[in-house]
This record gives sequence, C-alpha cells and structure tokens, in this order.
Amino acid sequence: MFKMTPNIIHNLLHKKATRRYPKVIRPAFENVRGALFNEVAKCTFCGICAIKCPSQCILVDKKAGRWTYDLFACVFCGICVEACPAESLHQKSAYHLPLAGRETITLNREPKLKIEKTTKIPEERSNDAKD
Amino acid sequence: MLKTVIPFGPQHPVFPEPLHLKLVVEDEVITEVVPALGFVHRGLENLVHLRDFQQMIQVVERVCGICSMMHAMCFCQGIEDLMRIEVPPRSKLLRVIWSELHRIHSHLLWLGLFADSFGFESLFMQFWKIREKVLDINEATTGNRVIVSVNVVGGVRRDLSAEQMKWMLSNLAWAEDEILRLETTLLSDYTVQKRTIGKGVLPREKAFELGAVGPTARASGIAQDMRMLGYSALDQLDFEPVVETDGDCYARSRVRFHEVIQSIRLIRQAISKITEGEIRIKVKGRPEGETFSRIEQPRGELIYYIKANGTKNLDRLRIRTPTFANIPALLGMLPGMWLSDVPVVVLSIDPCISCTER
Repeated sequence: MFKMTPNIIHNLLHKKATRRYPKVIRPAFENVRGALFNEVAKCTFCGICAIKCPSQCILVDKKAGRWTYDLFACVFCGICVEACPAESLHQKSAYHLPLAGRETITLNREPKLKIEKTTKIPEERSNDAKD
Repeated sequence: MLKTVIPFGPQHPVFPEPLHLKLVVEDEVITEVVPALGFVHRGLENLVHLRDFQQMIQVVERVCGICSMMHAMCFCQGIEDLMRIEVPPRSKLLRVIWSELHRIHSHLLWLGLFADSFGFESLFMQFWKIREKVLDINEATTGNRVIVSVNVVGGVRRDLSAEQMKWMLSNLAWAEDEILRLETTLLSDYTVQKRTIGKGVLPREKAFELGAVGPTARASGIAQDMRMLGYSALDQLDFEPVVETDGDCYARSRVRFHEVIQSIRLIRQAISKITEGEIRIKVKGRPEGETFSRIEQPRGELIYYIKANGTKNLDRLRIRTPTFANIPALLGMLPGMWLSDVPVVVLSIDPCISCTER
C-alpha cells in the first residue's frame, strides 16, 4: 500500500487521465478506418468491392445498378476502399453511431438513397446512417 | 478429509474469457485439476475453404482479440515463404514496430488483470491508463485500436511519416516513465509479494517437460524467445530474452514487466534503423506447398501450418497458439495450491481462450 502512495500523490497533482465523455469528445485521428460510404455518382457498379470483401457484406447488381451494404456484417478493414477502381468508396474518420435496428444500405444508380428498415429506428439515427 | 469437486469458470470475475476448470480439493488444497475447453470455438481454420488466401488475413486477425497483428504477420510470413517473396526492408521494420506495440499493450492489459486478480484495483487502473495511450498510437498510425489490419502478403498497407514516428516516440517516452513509476508497486510491495511469491511454482525441468512457452517458460529459466530466430527485421535489432529463474507468479510478472520496457527499446531501435523505400510489393501467382511459420506472440510461440495447392483457397491451416501449449503447464502448477490462490495462478499464464479454441 505504501509503495502506491507516491503514485496517488502524483495523480492528485497532475491532470486527469479520463475525459468527461459526452461533454468532451476526443477529436478523431486522421485516416482512421471509420464508417464506410459510397459516392454513388462515381460508382461504376463493377463489383470488385464485393469480390474482395472478406466478410462478404457488399452485394452489387450491375444490371440493376444496385449496391447493397450490410453495415452489421462489415469489419471496417478498408480492403474495398483500396480496391475500388472508381475511387467512389471512402471511409470517414469517425465511427458509426450505434443503431437501434439492423439495417442494410441500398444505393441505386440514380443518386437516390433508400434505407430498408427492418425495425423502426429513431429519426436522427436514420439521418446519420444516410451519410 | 473427503474430496470435493469445485467448478471454476467459465463465468468468473477474474476471467476475461471462458475457461472451465474442475478443481478437486481436499481441505481447500487442490489435488487435481481437469480443464474443459470449447466455449468459444468458431471454426475459423475451416474458413480456408470459403475465403481466398488474401481474405484469410482478415480472418486470422480475428483469432485473437489482443494480438491480432501477430496472427496476421505469422500468416503473411508463411504465405510469403511459400511464394518466395522478399518483403521490402522498410515494411519489415514497420511490422516489428507494430508487433512490439501489440506486445506492449497486451502485457499492460495482463499486468492490469493480474493486479485485479489479487484485488489491487487501483494498480489495474494505472496500467490500463498507460495502455490507453498505446492504443491511441495504434489508432493514429494504423487506423484501428486493436485489429490493426496493416499486413498484406508482400508488405504492409500503411506507412509511418517522420512526424508520426516523432509523435510515437514522445508518447512511448511518457509511457515508459509511467510504467517505471509503477515498478516499485508491482515488484516490491509487501501485499503483492505475499500473494505472488512461491505461488504456482513451475521448476525449469517441469516447464521443459510440459512444453511451456513464452513468458511462462522464461520465468522458469528457459531462455526461449522466438524473436531470437530473427524473423522480419528482428535480426537487425539488439536484444536478449528476459529470463527469471524462480518460476512462480512473481517471476512471471517480473518477466512481463521487463518485456514491456524491452519492447519500447526495440521500437526505438527499429525507428532509428528505418530507411526510405517502398512498403509493399505486388504479388502475382498463388501459393503452393506446405510450410511452418513461427513467431513470438505476447503469450509465447505461435505456430502456423499452411498447406497450399496452387489455387486461391488453401488446403489446410492449423494454428497452434501459446495458451494451448501453456495449459499443461498450468495443470502442473495448481496441485498443492490453496483454493484462494487459484485466480492468481491461472491468470499468471495469461490465458487467451479465443486463441486456443479458434
């Protein structure tokens, strides 16, 4: 116990190691593999991302021009981002917010976003998922 | 006194992962231990038939939640050996830097859990405070905190800039100061010594006979460290295995504590030796043949057996993890111990059950 006392005094005299989390949020580091998104206007629906994906979370239908992404199966490894020849896939530095329901994101050839909901989710969450 | 069987685990406050031990006790003294495994088996080895050898890197990274980098590195080294690929020197040093960062954060996690196993909660918090900084380094340099996903066949996916290396060194200097401040608490405190010295003794001959690996073997006086094989760029770096001779829980905590400091010095050496150059070479063709790949994980020697047949899917992948090798040693340590010492002794081998069951 007495061997710990200098540490306790040191910790009392120095700044805290923890943050008051919801009030103070540490800014994200650059190039962190966070949320995945597809700029559908650039996407050629070639399907390379679906072939390379180790967790098989992407489905591409070239004829129908549909890109489907199961974000609960995604492991955020960034392989698809590296492989994308059209450079339409990107990863944000911030992580995905928690979601209330399991959902897949479907993007069609026209720059139009449609989210298939399996359970009802709060509105502000569904806005986040659109990004 | 009649014999009683007491179940220990799979749910127990000291266990981060599910391990079940049937403890046969006589008057609170252990006489026999029977382990039961298989609570987190996922069948990852069999995925070689469904995923190609490039995708398997992401799968083997998920074998272990702590030393993911080492698994991917071992697998990539095996595939590179089969395909006769010479990895660029810069990427070899980068692999060493990230693998040593993994060793630091794994040992800090263990030192915290070990302190927690004998009820020293504040020491647990202190070690995890330092570990958080190491995870920040991982996140800033690789893009993720634990599953760093930097290895590919033929090199690494990320590079380190000069500023990042400088920032990493300043953070590691802070971490070293903080760790050294805890040295007297962990290694000279009366209560800590009372709970660890002479507990779970594994003599040198017995450790050798039971096939102990890693810090468990080194604490019993066996100077066996797979890093001495000089894989990756470790042959360019100067270090000696940390060895203790007592073979008890205290010796094992000493070995891991000094290995954290050793790893920080190895990263400094690696950064001083790094040269400009490419980090990844283009890989053509498919692996064929069979190979063994061995590296030193934080818990000991990790072995990958890879058999490839020239197609994109491998024939067979077998992973022998260090905890698998250390469980017989654990069973050799426990008889004769008091029931109250079991959590400390079990944690002293740093069991990683997800690794063992794959």
